[in-house]
Amino acid sequence: MVHQISVFLENRAGQLAEITGILADNNIDLRAISIAETSDYGILRMIVDDAEKTTNILLQGGYILSMTPVLVIAVPDQPGGLVPVLSTLAEGSIDIEYMYSLFLHTDGKAYMVFRVPEEEKFVALLATHGITPCTAEELGLG
Amino acid sequence: MAKYYQPEIETASREQIKAWQDERLVKQVQHVWDNVPYYRKKMEEKGLTPADIQGTADLHKLPFLTKDDLREAYPYGLLGTPLNDCVRIHSTSGTTGKRVVAFYTQHDVDLWEDCCARAIMAVGGDKEDVCHVAYGYGLFTGGAGLHGGSHKVGCMTLPMSSGSTDRQLQFMTDLGSTILCCTPSYAAYLSESIHERGLRDQIKLKAGIFGAEAWSQKMREDIEKGLGIKAYDIYGLTEISGPGVSFECEAQTGMHINEDHFIAEIIDPETEEVLPIGSKGELVFTCITKEAFPLLRYRTRDICILSDEPCPCGRTHIKMSKPMGRSDDMLIVKGVNVFPSQIETVLLEQGYPANYQIIVDRVNHSDTLEVMVEMTPENFSDSLAKVTSMEKNLVDALKAMLGIYAKVRLVAPKTIARSEGKAVRIIDKRKI
Repeated sequence: MVHQISVFLENRAGQLAEITGILADNNIDLRAISIAETSDYGILRMIVDDAEKTTNILLQGGYILSMTPVLVIAVPDQPGGLVPVLSTLAEGSIDIEYMYSLFLHTDGKAYMVFRVPEEEKFVALLATHGITPCTAEELGLG
Repeated sequence: MAKYYQPEIETASREQIKAWQDERLVKQVQHVWDNVPYYRKKMEEKGLTPADIQGTADLHKLPFLTKDDLREAYPYGLLGTPLNDCVRIHSTSGTTGKRVVAFYTQHDVDLWEDCCARAIMAVGGDKEDVCHVAYGYGLFTGGAGLHGGSHKVGCMTLPMSSGSTDRQLQFMTDLGSTILCCTPSYAAYLSESIHERGLRDQIKLKAGIFGAEAWSQKMREDIEKGLGIKAYDIYGLTEISGPGVSFECEAQTGMHINEDHFIAEIIDPETEEVLPIGSKGELVFTCITKEAFPLLRYRTRDICILSDEPCPCGRTHIKMSKPMGRSDDMLIVKGVNVFPSQIETVLLEQGYPANYQIIVDRVNHSDTLEVMVEMTPENFSDSLAKVTSMEKNLVDALKAMLGIYAKVRLVAPKTIARSEGKAVRIIDKRKI
Protein backbone atom coordinates (compact mmCIF):
# COMPACT_ATOMS: atom_id res chain seq x y z
CA MET A 1 0.00 0.00 0.00
CA VAL A 2 1.32 3.39 -0.99
CA HIS A 3 0.28 6.75 0.47
CA GLN A 4 -0.83 9.47 -1.86
CA ILE A 5 -1.06 13.10 -0.77
CA SER A 6 -3.86 15.21 -2.29
CA VAL A 7 -3.68 18.98 -2.00
CA PHE A 8 -6.35 21.62 -2.67
CA LEU A 9 -5.06 24.27 -5.05
CA GLU A 10 -6.81 27.27 -6.51
CA ASN A 11 -6.74 27.30 -10.26
CA ARG A 12 -4.53 30.31 -10.81
CA ALA A 13 -1.04 31.02 -12.04
CA GLY A 14 1.84 30.22 -9.73
CA GLN A 15 0.07 27.78 -7.42
CA LEU A 16 1.89 24.71 -8.69
CA ALA A 17 5.25 26.49 -8.80
CA GLU A 18 4.80 27.52 -5.18
CA ILE A 19 4.06 24.07 -3.81
CA THR A 20 6.74 22.29 -5.84
CA GLY A 21 9.15 25.01 -4.69
CA ILE A 22 8.39 24.15 -1.08
CA LEU A 23 9.00 20.46 -1.79
CA ALA A 24 12.31 21.27 -3.50
CA ASP A 25 13.43 23.47 -0.59
CA ASN A 26 12.84 20.52 1.72
CA ASN A 27 14.60 18.07 -0.55
CA ILE A 28 11.49 16.00 -1.17
CA ASP A 29 11.48 13.87 -4.28
CA LEU A 30 8.29 13.79 -6.33
CA ARG A 31 7.66 10.32 -7.74
CA ALA A 32 4.31 10.92 -9.38
CA ILE A 33 2.00 13.84 -9.92
CA SER A 34 -1.48 14.23 -11.33
CA ILE A 35 -4.05 17.00 -11.30
CA ALA A 36 -7.82 16.88 -11.50
CA GLU A 37 -9.31 20.30 -12.01
CA THR A 38 -12.43 22.40 -12.38
CA SER A 39 -12.36 25.95 -13.71
CA ASP A 40 -11.86 27.33 -10.19
CA TYR A 41 -9.73 24.81 -8.34
CA GLY A 42 -7.80 21.61 -8.67
CA ILE A 43 -6.77 18.58 -6.67
CA LEU A 44 -3.06 17.93 -6.90
CA ARG A 45 -2.34 14.27 -6.24
CA MET A 46 1.22 13.17 -5.66
CA ILE A 47 3.43 10.35 -4.49
CA VAL A 48 6.60 11.48 -2.72
CA ASP A 49 9.59 9.71 -1.23
CA ASP A 50 8.65 10.77 2.32
CA ALA A 51 4.93 11.16 2.79
CA GLU A 52 4.99 11.93 6.50
CA LYS A 53 7.59 14.69 6.20
CA THR A 54 5.75 16.18 3.21
CA THR A 55 2.45 16.17 5.06
CA ASN A 56 3.94 18.00 8.03
CA ILE A 57 5.59 20.63 5.87
CA LEU A 58 2.48 21.30 3.80
CA LEU A 59 0.20 21.46 6.84
CA GLN A 60 2.56 24.02 8.36
CA GLY A 61 2.35 25.92 5.11
CA GLY A 62 -1.42 26.16 5.57
CA TYR A 63 -2.35 23.80 2.73
CA ILE A 64 -5.46 21.67 2.84
CA LEU A 65 -4.64 18.08 2.12
CA SER A 66 -5.71 14.52 2.57
CA MET A 67 -3.82 11.25 2.65
CA THR A 68 -5.21 8.35 0.64
CA PRO A 69 -3.96 4.78 0.27
CA VAL A 70 -3.55 3.87 -3.39
CA LEU A 71 -2.43 0.78 -5.29
CA VAL A 72 0.73 0.86 -7.39
CA ILE A 73 0.97 -1.89 -9.94
CA ALA A 74 3.98 -2.71 -12.07
CA VAL A 75 3.14 -3.45 -15.70
CA PRO A 76 5.38 -4.44 -18.65
CA ASP A 77 6.68 -1.23 -20.27
CA GLN A 78 5.58 -2.26 -23.74
CA PRO A 79 2.53 -1.90 -25.99
CA GLY A 80 -0.45 -3.56 -24.37
CA GLY A 81 1.26 -3.75 -20.99
CA LEU A 82 -1.68 -2.18 -19.18
CA VAL A 83 -4.34 -4.38 -20.77
CA PRO A 84 -4.33 -7.33 -18.32
CA VAL A 85 -4.81 -5.02 -15.32
CA LEU A 86 -7.61 -3.05 -16.95
CA SER A 87 -9.26 -6.27 -18.14
CA THR A 88 -9.23 -7.49 -14.55
CA LEU A 89 -11.05 -4.34 -13.52
CA ALA A 90 -13.58 -4.83 -16.29
CA GLU A 91 -13.99 -8.50 -15.36
CA GLY A 92 -14.91 -7.55 -11.80
CA SER A 93 -17.02 -4.56 -12.94
CA ILE A 94 -14.81 -2.39 -10.74
CA ASP A 95 -14.85 1.37 -11.42
CA ILE A 96 -11.67 3.39 -11.58
CA GLU A 97 -11.86 6.61 -9.63
CA TYR A 98 -8.62 7.80 -11.16
CA MET A 99 -5.23 6.50 -12.32
CA TYR A 100 -1.90 7.96 -13.30
CA SER A 101 1.69 6.82 -13.66
CA LEU A 102 4.87 6.98 -11.61
CA PHE A 103 7.94 8.59 -13.16
CA LEU A 104 9.85 5.40 -12.31
CA HIS A 105 10.77 2.85 -14.99
CA THR A 106 12.89 -0.19 -14.03
CA ASP A 107 13.75 -3.50 -15.65
CA GLY A 108 11.31 -2.96 -18.47
CA LYS A 109 8.50 -2.11 -16.11
CA ALA A 110 6.26 0.92 -15.80
CA TYR A 111 4.29 1.70 -12.64
CA MET A 112 0.66 2.72 -12.52
CA VAL A 113 -1.17 4.29 -9.59
CA PHE A 114 -4.79 3.16 -9.15
CA ARG A 115 -7.55 4.46 -6.94
CA VAL A 116 -10.61 2.21 -7.02
CA PRO A 117 -13.62 2.15 -4.71
CA GLU A 118 -13.54 -1.63 -4.29
CA GLU A 119 -9.91 -2.09 -3.48
CA GLU A 120 -10.01 -5.46 -1.68
CA LYS A 121 -11.99 -7.04 -4.48
CA PHE A 122 -9.51 -5.64 -7.00
CA VAL A 123 -6.48 -7.00 -5.12
CA ALA A 124 -8.10 -10.41 -4.81
CA LEU A 125 -8.90 -10.50 -8.51
CA LEU A 126 -5.39 -9.37 -9.45
CA ALA A 127 -4.00 -12.25 -7.32
CA THR A 128 -5.93 -14.78 -9.42
CA HIS A 129 -3.99 -13.42 -12.40
CA GLY A 130 -0.69 -13.58 -10.55
CA ILE A 131 -0.39 -9.81 -10.16
CA THR A 132 0.60 -8.30 -6.79
CA PRO A 133 0.59 -4.56 -6.04
CA CYS A 134 3.95 -3.02 -5.14
CA THR A 135 4.78 -2.20 -1.54
CA ALA A 136 6.13 1.19 -0.49
CA GLU A 137 9.46 -0.45 0.35
CA GLU A 138 9.81 -1.96 -3.11
CA LEU A 139 9.39 1.53 -4.56
CA GLY A 140 11.76 3.11 -2.06
CA LEU A 141 9.02 5.23 -0.49
CA GLY A 142 8.97 6.17 3.17
CA MET B 1 -52.80 66.80 -20.29
CA ALA B 2 -51.82 64.62 -17.40
CA LYS B 3 -53.96 61.60 -16.80
CA TYR B 4 -54.85 60.32 -13.38
CA TYR B 5 -56.49 57.11 -12.27
CA GLN B 6 -58.12 58.74 -9.24
CA PRO B 7 -57.83 62.48 -9.91
CA GLU B 8 -59.78 63.55 -6.82
CA ILE B 9 -57.26 61.69 -4.65
CA GLU B 10 -54.06 62.20 -6.63
CA THR B 11 -54.52 65.95 -6.92
CA ALA B 12 -56.26 66.55 -3.58
CA SER B 13 -55.20 69.56 -1.55
CA ARG B 14 -52.51 69.08 1.08
CA GLU B 15 -55.12 69.90 3.72
CA GLN B 16 -57.38 67.16 2.40
CA ILE B 17 -54.52 64.63 2.35
CA LYS B 18 -53.62 65.54 5.92
CA ALA B 19 -57.26 65.22 6.98
CA TRP B 20 -57.42 61.72 5.43
CA GLN B 21 -54.21 60.74 7.14
CA ASP B 22 -55.29 62.05 10.53
CA GLU B 23 -58.61 60.29 10.40
CA ARG B 24 -57.32 57.02 8.96
CA LEU B 25 -54.35 56.82 11.32
CA VAL B 26 -56.59 57.12 14.38
CA LYS B 27 -58.87 54.43 13.00
CA GLN B 28 -55.96 52.18 12.04
CA VAL B 29 -54.31 52.43 15.46
CA GLN B 30 -57.57 51.34 17.05
CA HIS B 31 -57.84 48.46 14.55
CA VAL B 32 -54.32 47.31 15.36
CA TRP B 33 -54.82 47.72 19.10
CA ASP B 34 -57.96 45.61 18.93
CA ASN B 35 -56.65 42.90 16.59
CA VAL B 36 -52.85 42.63 16.76
CA PRO B 37 -51.75 41.67 20.29
CA TYR B 38 -48.11 41.71 19.17
CA TYR B 39 -48.24 45.44 18.41
CA ARG B 40 -50.60 46.23 21.28
CA LYS B 41 -47.94 44.86 23.65
CA LYS B 42 -45.35 47.14 22.05
CA MET B 43 -47.67 50.11 22.58
CA GLU B 44 -48.32 49.09 26.17
CA GLU B 45 -44.60 48.88 26.82
CA LYS B 46 -44.41 52.53 25.82
CA GLY B 47 -47.38 53.36 27.99
CA LEU B 48 -49.56 54.15 24.98
CA THR B 49 -53.23 53.55 24.32
CA PRO B 50 -55.12 54.45 21.13
CA ALA B 51 -56.32 57.61 22.91
CA ASP B 52 -52.76 58.95 22.72
CA ILE B 53 -52.89 59.00 18.93
CA GLN B 54 -55.17 61.84 17.87
CA GLY B 55 -53.65 62.36 14.42
CA THR B 56 -50.45 62.37 12.39
CA ALA B 57 -48.85 64.79 14.87
CA ASP B 58 -48.80 61.88 17.35
CA LEU B 59 -47.38 59.34 14.89
CA HIS B 60 -43.86 59.73 16.28
CA LYS B 61 -45.02 58.30 19.62
CA LEU B 62 -45.77 54.88 18.13
CA PRO B 63 -43.22 52.05 18.33
CA PHE B 64 -41.37 50.92 15.21
CA LEU B 65 -41.66 47.58 13.49
CA THR B 66 -38.65 45.95 11.79
CA LYS B 67 -37.95 42.86 9.76
CA ASP B 68 -36.97 41.18 13.05
CA ASP B 69 -40.52 41.72 14.30
CA LEU B 70 -41.88 40.11 11.14
CA ARG B 71 -39.65 37.12 11.77
CA GLU B 72 -40.63 36.88 15.41
CA ALA B 73 -44.32 37.19 14.63
CA TYR B 74 -44.14 34.74 11.71
CA PRO B 75 -46.50 33.67 10.32
CA TYR B 76 -49.70 35.04 11.89
CA GLY B 77 -48.49 37.35 14.66
CA LEU B 78 -49.15 40.60 12.81
CA LEU B 79 -52.39 39.56 11.19
CA GLY B 80 -55.08 42.19 11.64
CA THR B 81 -58.10 40.20 10.46
CA PRO B 82 -59.36 36.64 10.84
CA LEU B 83 -57.48 34.38 8.46
CA ASN B 84 -60.67 33.48 6.62
CA ASP B 85 -61.07 37.13 5.59
CA CYS B 86 -57.72 36.95 3.78
CA VAL B 87 -57.66 36.04 0.10
CA ARG B 88 -53.95 36.15 -0.78
CA ILE B 89 -50.40 36.01 0.49
CA HIS B 90 -47.18 37.28 -0.98
CA SER B 91 -43.76 36.62 0.36
CA THR B 92 -40.22 37.84 0.37
CA SER B 93 -37.04 36.54 1.96
CA GLY B 94 -36.26 37.33 5.58
CA THR B 95 -32.95 37.99 7.28
CA THR B 96 -32.11 34.48 8.37
CA GLY B 97 -34.01 32.39 5.97
CA LYS B 98 -37.44 32.64 7.47
CA ARG B 99 -39.53 34.25 4.79
CA VAL B 100 -41.73 37.28 5.35
CA VAL B 101 -45.35 36.47 4.58
CA ALA B 102 -47.79 39.32 4.01
CA PHE B 103 -51.54 38.77 3.99
CA TYR B 104 -54.19 40.58 1.94
CA THR B 105 -57.95 40.87 2.21
CA GLN B 106 -59.85 41.61 -0.99
CA HIS B 107 -59.94 45.25 0.17
CA ASP B 108 -56.14 45.23 0.53
CA VAL B 109 -55.65 43.73 -2.93
CA ASP B 110 -57.99 46.38 -4.34
CA LEU B 111 -56.18 49.33 -2.83
CA TRP B 112 -52.82 47.91 -3.87
CA GLU B 113 -54.05 47.45 -7.43
CA ASP B 114 -55.40 51.02 -7.34
CA CYS B 115 -51.89 52.21 -6.49
CA CYS B 116 -50.46 50.27 -9.44
CA ALA B 117 -53.20 51.61 -11.70
CA ARG B 118 -52.17 55.15 -10.71
CA ALA B 119 -48.59 54.26 -11.68
CA ILE B 120 -49.67 52.94 -15.07
CA MET B 121 -51.80 55.99 -15.86
CA ALA B 122 -48.97 58.25 -14.68
CA VAL B 123 -46.82 56.92 -17.54
CA GLY B 124 -49.61 57.61 -20.02
CA GLY B 125 -51.41 54.26 -19.87
CA ASP B 126 -55.10 53.87 -20.69
CA LYS B 127 -57.47 51.24 -22.00
CA GLU B 128 -55.96 51.43 -25.48
CA ASP B 129 -52.65 50.11 -24.14
CA VAL B 130 -51.14 46.63 -24.21
CA CYS B 131 -49.44 46.19 -20.86
CA HIS B 132 -46.64 43.63 -20.97
CA VAL B 133 -45.99 42.42 -17.42
CA ALA B 134 -42.61 40.69 -17.32
CA TYR B 135 -42.13 40.83 -13.57
CA GLY B 136 -42.11 37.42 -11.95
CA TYR B 137 -45.55 36.04 -11.08
CA GLY B 138 -45.96 34.04 -7.91
CA LEU B 139 -44.99 34.83 -4.35
CA PHE B 140 -43.14 37.92 -5.61
CA THR B 141 -45.40 40.98 -5.61
CA GLY B 142 -44.07 42.44 -8.89
CA GLY B 143 -46.17 40.41 -11.32
CA ALA B 144 -49.42 40.40 -9.34
CA GLY B 145 -49.31 44.12 -8.52
CA LEU B 146 -48.82 45.47 -12.04
CA HIS B 147 -51.11 42.79 -13.44
CA GLY B 148 -53.94 43.96 -11.16
CA GLY B 149 -53.19 47.61 -11.86
CA SER B 150 -53.26 46.97 -15.59
CA HIS B 151 -56.70 45.33 -15.27
CA LYS B 152 -58.02 48.31 -13.34
CA VAL B 153 -56.82 50.72 -16.01
CA GLY B 154 -58.41 48.48 -18.61
CA CYS B 155 -55.25 47.76 -20.56
CA MET B 156 -54.91 44.55 -22.52
CA THR B 157 -52.74 42.68 -20.00
CA LEU B 158 -50.03 40.25 -21.10
CA PRO B 159 -49.16 38.13 -18.03
CA MET B 160 -45.73 37.17 -19.36
CA SER B 161 -43.87 36.68 -16.06
CA SER B 162 -40.07 36.75 -16.28
CA GLY B 163 -37.75 34.73 -18.50
CA SER B 164 -38.26 33.03 -21.90
CA THR B 165 -36.91 35.98 -23.82
CA ASP B 166 -37.91 34.51 -27.19
CA ARG B 167 -41.52 34.33 -26.11
CA GLN B 168 -41.37 37.83 -24.60
CA LEU B 169 -40.15 39.26 -27.89
CA GLN B 170 -42.60 37.30 -29.98
CA PHE B 171 -45.60 38.59 -28.00
CA MET B 172 -44.13 42.06 -27.78
CA THR B 173 -43.92 42.29 -31.57
CA ASP B 174 -46.99 40.20 -32.54
CA LEU B 175 -49.36 41.75 -29.98
CA GLY B 176 -47.90 45.22 -30.02
CA SER B 177 -47.01 45.73 -26.35
CA THR B 178 -46.99 49.44 -25.51
CA ILE B 179 -46.09 49.45 -21.82
CA LEU B 180 -43.40 47.19 -20.41
CA CYS B 181 -43.28 46.34 -16.70
CA CYS B 182 -40.21 44.48 -15.40
CA THR B 183 -36.96 44.96 -13.53
CA PRO B 184 -34.64 47.54 -15.11
CA SER B 185 -31.97 44.91 -15.70
CA TYR B 186 -34.42 42.73 -17.60
CA ALA B 187 -35.53 45.76 -19.62
CA ALA B 188 -31.90 46.40 -20.54
CA TYR B 189 -31.48 42.77 -21.50
CA LEU B 190 -34.65 42.79 -23.63
CA SER B 191 -33.42 45.97 -25.29
CA GLU B 192 -30.16 44.31 -26.25
CA SER B 193 -31.96 41.21 -27.51
CA ILE B 194 -34.27 43.37 -29.63
CA HIS B 195 -31.29 45.07 -31.24
CA GLU B 196 -29.42 41.82 -31.81
CA ARG B 197 -32.41 40.38 -33.63
CA GLY B 198 -33.10 43.53 -35.60
CA LEU B 199 -36.61 43.89 -34.14
CA ARG B 200 -36.30 47.55 -33.20
CA ASP B 201 -38.73 48.63 -35.95
CA GLN B 202 -41.31 46.04 -34.95
CA ILE B 203 -41.87 47.08 -31.34
CA LYS B 204 -44.50 49.61 -30.32
CA LEU B 205 -43.42 50.27 -26.74
CA LYS B 206 -43.87 53.82 -25.51
CA ALA B 207 -43.20 53.52 -21.78
CA GLY B 208 -41.76 51.22 -19.17
CA ILE B 209 -42.35 50.85 -15.43
CA PHE B 210 -39.22 49.45 -13.89
CA GLY B 211 -38.58 48.67 -10.25
CA ALA B 212 -37.62 46.11 -7.59
CA GLU B 213 -33.94 46.92 -7.92
CA ALA B 214 -31.59 49.87 -7.99
CA TRP B 215 -30.81 51.50 -11.31
CA SER B 216 -28.84 54.55 -12.29
CA GLN B 217 -29.67 57.56 -14.42
CA LYS B 218 -27.22 56.16 -16.99
CA MET B 219 -29.15 52.90 -17.11
CA ARG B 220 -32.38 54.86 -17.55
CA GLU B 221 -30.88 56.69 -20.50
CA ASP B 222 -29.61 53.42 -22.04
CA ILE B 223 -33.04 51.79 -21.74
CA GLU B 224 -34.87 54.87 -23.04
CA LYS B 225 -32.57 55.12 -26.02
CA GLY B 226 -32.46 51.37 -26.67
CA LEU B 227 -36.22 50.87 -26.62
CA GLY B 228 -37.28 54.34 -27.75
CA ILE B 229 -39.45 54.79 -24.65
CA LYS B 230 -39.71 56.78 -21.45
CA ALA B 231 -38.55 54.72 -18.48
CA TYR B 232 -40.24 55.26 -15.13
CA ASP B 233 -39.34 54.10 -11.66
CA ILE B 234 -41.70 52.40 -9.23
CA TYR B 235 -41.13 51.54 -5.58
CA GLY B 236 -42.68 49.18 -3.13
CA LEU B 237 -42.11 46.39 -0.69
CA THR B 238 -44.08 43.29 0.13
CA GLU B 239 -44.43 44.24 3.81
CA ILE B 240 -46.26 47.44 2.85
CA SER B 241 -48.16 45.93 -0.12
CA GLY B 242 -45.86 45.61 -3.14
CA PRO B 243 -44.98 47.83 -6.09
CA GLY B 244 -46.92 51.07 -6.26
CA VAL B 245 -46.25 52.35 -2.75
CA SER B 246 -44.76 55.17 -4.78
CA PHE B 247 -44.36 55.77 -8.52
CA GLU B 248 -42.83 58.19 -10.95
CA CYS B 249 -44.82 60.63 -13.07
CA GLU B 250 -43.89 62.33 -16.35
CA ALA B 251 -41.60 64.74 -14.46
CA GLN B 252 -39.25 61.82 -13.64
CA THR B 253 -37.98 63.66 -10.56
CA GLY B 254 -38.91 61.27 -7.78
CA MET B 255 -41.75 58.94 -6.94
CA HIS B 256 -45.11 60.16 -5.62
CA ILE B 257 -46.01 58.29 -2.43
CA ASN B 258 -49.64 57.20 -2.28
CA GLU B 259 -50.19 59.18 0.89
CA ASP B 260 -53.85 58.36 1.20
CA HIS B 261 -52.73 54.80 2.01
CA PHE B 262 -49.22 55.16 3.38
CA ILE B 263 -47.70 57.77 5.69
CA ALA B 264 -44.00 58.24 5.07
CA GLU B 265 -41.47 59.46 7.62
CA ILE B 266 -37.72 59.88 7.41
CA ILE B 267 -35.77 58.98 10.54
CA ASP B 268 -32.18 58.97 11.65
CA PRO B 269 -31.43 55.22 11.60
CA GLU B 270 -29.18 55.54 14.66
CA THR B 271 -31.23 57.77 16.98
CA GLU B 272 -34.62 56.87 15.45
CA GLU B 273 -35.48 60.56 15.63
CA VAL B 274 -37.87 61.89 12.96
CA LEU B 275 -36.10 64.23 10.53
CA PRO B 276 -37.63 67.21 8.73
CA ILE B 277 -38.70 66.85 5.09
CA GLY B 278 -35.73 67.17 2.76
CA SER B 279 -33.38 65.30 5.10
CA LYS B 280 -31.63 62.16 4.05
CA GLY B 281 -32.50 59.23 6.27
CA GLU B 282 -34.32 55.93 6.64
CA LEU B 283 -37.78 55.66 5.16
CA VAL B 284 -40.54 54.51 7.52
CA PHE B 285 -44.05 53.63 6.39
CA THR B 286 -47.34 53.43 8.25
CA CYS B 287 -50.19 51.68 6.45
CA ILE B 288 -53.42 53.51 7.25
CA THR B 289 -55.90 51.64 5.09
CA LYS B 290 -54.74 48.03 5.02
CA GLU B 291 -56.74 45.45 6.97
CA ALA B 292 -54.88 42.13 6.96
CA PHE B 293 -51.29 43.26 7.40
CA PRO B 294 -51.57 46.71 8.97
CA LEU B 295 -47.95 47.58 9.72
CA LEU B 296 -47.40 50.78 11.68
CA ARG B 297 -44.08 52.63 11.48
CA TYR B 298 -42.32 49.88 9.54
CA ARG B 299 -38.62 50.61 9.06
CA THR B 300 -37.83 49.91 5.41
CA ARG B 301 -34.03 50.29 5.88
CA ASP B 302 -34.03 52.18 2.59
CA ILE B 303 -32.19 55.50 2.78
CA CYS B 304 -33.79 58.31 0.78
CA ILE B 305 -35.02 61.91 0.77
CA LEU B 306 -38.63 63.15 0.72
CA SER B 307 -39.70 66.25 -1.15
CA ASP B 308 -42.90 68.31 -0.95
CA GLU B 309 -41.99 70.59 -3.84
CA PRO B 310 -45.02 71.11 -6.10
CA CYS B 311 -44.87 68.78 -9.11
CA PRO B 312 -45.66 69.96 -12.66
CA CYS B 313 -47.75 66.80 -13.18
CA GLY B 314 -50.39 68.19 -10.83
CA ARG B 315 -50.16 65.39 -8.28
CA THR B 316 -50.03 66.75 -4.77
CA HIS B 317 -48.65 63.70 -2.99
CA ILE B 318 -45.08 64.08 -1.75
CA LYS B 319 -42.23 62.46 -3.63
CA MET B 320 -39.38 60.23 -2.50
CA SER B 321 -36.00 59.94 -4.15
CA LYS B 322 -34.68 56.64 -5.43
CA PRO B 323 -33.33 54.68 -2.46
CA MET B 324 -29.71 55.78 -2.08
CA GLY B 325 -28.60 52.90 0.09
CA ARG B 326 -29.55 50.74 3.03
CA SER B 327 -29.29 51.19 6.75
CA ASP B 328 -28.68 47.44 7.05
CA ASP B 329 -26.56 45.04 5.04
CA MET B 330 -29.31 43.79 2.74
CA LEU B 331 -28.39 43.46 -0.90
CA ILE B 332 -30.84 43.49 -3.75
CA VAL B 333 -29.63 41.07 -6.41
CA LYS B 334 -31.78 40.47 -9.49
CA GLY B 335 -34.63 42.11 -7.58
CA VAL B 336 -34.31 39.59 -4.76
CA ASN B 337 -33.46 40.56 -1.17
CA VAL B 338 -30.26 38.91 -0.03
CA PHE B 339 -28.94 39.14 3.51
CA PRO B 340 -25.37 38.11 4.31
CA SER B 341 -26.76 36.36 7.41
CA GLN B 342 -28.73 33.99 5.14
CA ILE B 343 -25.55 33.03 3.33
CA GLU B 344 -23.75 32.60 6.63
CA THR B 345 -26.48 30.27 7.91
CA VAL B 346 -26.12 28.03 4.85
CA LEU B 347 -22.32 27.97 5.04
CA LEU B 348 -22.35 26.90 8.68
CA GLU B 349 -24.98 24.22 8.00
CA GLN B 350 -22.85 22.84 5.20
CA GLY B 351 -19.72 22.73 7.34
CA TYR B 352 -17.93 25.73 5.87
CA PRO B 353 -16.31 28.47 7.96
CA ALA B 354 -18.25 31.70 8.51
CA ASN B 355 -15.38 33.52 6.89
CA TYR B 356 -16.70 34.38 3.45
CA GLN B 357 -17.06 37.14 0.95
CA ILE B 358 -20.02 38.05 -1.22
CA ILE B 359 -19.19 39.58 -4.57
CA VAL B 360 -21.98 41.25 -6.47
CA ASP B 361 -21.42 42.57 -9.96
CA ARG B 362 -23.47 43.57 -12.94
CA VAL B 363 -22.50 41.98 -16.22
CA ASN B 364 -24.41 43.11 -19.33
CA HIS B 365 -27.00 44.84 -17.14
CA SER B 366 -27.64 41.63 -15.20
CA ASP B 367 -26.64 41.06 -11.58
CA THR B 368 -24.26 38.29 -10.64
CA LEU B 369 -23.75 36.90 -7.15
CA GLU B 370 -20.67 35.01 -6.11
CA VAL B 371 -19.92 33.56 -2.70
CA MET B 372 -16.24 33.06 -1.98
CA VAL B 373 -15.65 30.51 0.76
CA GLU B 374 -12.57 28.77 2.10
CA MET B 375 -12.05 25.05 1.64
CA THR B 376 -11.78 23.06 4.87
CA PRO B 377 -9.93 19.81 5.61
CA GLU B 378 -13.28 18.16 6.40
CA ASN B 379 -14.80 19.07 3.05
CA PHE B 380 -11.68 18.17 1.09
CA SER B 381 -11.00 14.80 -0.45
CA ASP B 382 -8.72 13.22 -3.05
CA SER B 383 -11.84 12.61 -5.14
CA LEU B 384 -12.89 15.38 -7.50
CA ALA B 385 -16.36 13.86 -7.67
CA LYS B 386 -16.75 14.18 -3.90
CA VAL B 387 -15.45 17.75 -3.80
CA THR B 388 -17.63 18.90 -6.70
CA SER B 389 -20.63 17.18 -5.15
CA MET B 390 -20.01 19.04 -1.85
CA GLU B 391 -19.80 22.21 -3.89
CA LYS B 392 -23.04 21.41 -5.67
CA ASN B 393 -24.77 20.78 -2.34
CA LEU B 394 -23.67 24.21 -1.23
CA VAL B 395 -24.92 25.83 -4.46
CA ASP B 396 -28.27 24.04 -4.08
CA ALA B 397 -28.62 25.03 -0.42
CA LEU B 398 -27.87 28.67 -1.28
CA LYS B 399 -30.43 28.56 -4.08
CA ALA B 400 -33.02 27.12 -1.70
CA MET B 401 -32.29 29.82 0.87
CA LEU B 402 -31.95 32.84 -1.43
CA GLY B 403 -34.20 31.91 -4.31
CA ILE B 404 -31.53 32.85 -6.82
CA TYR B 405 -28.39 31.18 -8.14
CA ALA B 406 -25.15 32.09 -6.45
CA LYS B 407 -21.87 30.95 -7.88
CA VAL B 408 -19.67 29.34 -5.24
CA ARG B 409 -15.94 29.86 -5.45
CA LEU B 410 -13.90 27.60 -3.20
CA VAL B 411 -10.58 29.17 -2.28
CA ALA B 412 -7.53 28.14 -0.27
CA PRO B 413 -7.58 28.73 3.50
CA LYS B 414 -6.65 32.18 4.76
CA THR B 415 -7.09 33.78 1.36
CA ILE B 416 -10.15 35.75 2.46
CA ALA B 417 -8.91 38.80 4.30
CA ARG B 418 -9.67 38.82 8.00
CA SER B 419 -9.93 42.47 8.67
CA GLU B 420 -9.51 43.97 12.10
CA GLY B 421 -12.89 44.47 13.69
CA LYS B 422 -15.75 44.45 11.21
CA ALA B 423 -15.13 42.01 8.41
CA VAL B 424 -15.55 43.12 4.82
CA ARG B 425 -18.16 40.63 3.75
CA ILE B 426 -19.67 42.37 0.76
CA ILE B 427 -17.96 43.62 -2.34
CA ASP B 428 -20.51 45.33 -4.54
CA LYS B 429 -18.88 46.14 -7.86
CA ARG B 430 -22.09 47.38 -9.48
CA LYS B 431 -21.83 50.95 -10.63
CA ILE B 432 -25.36 52.12 -9.94
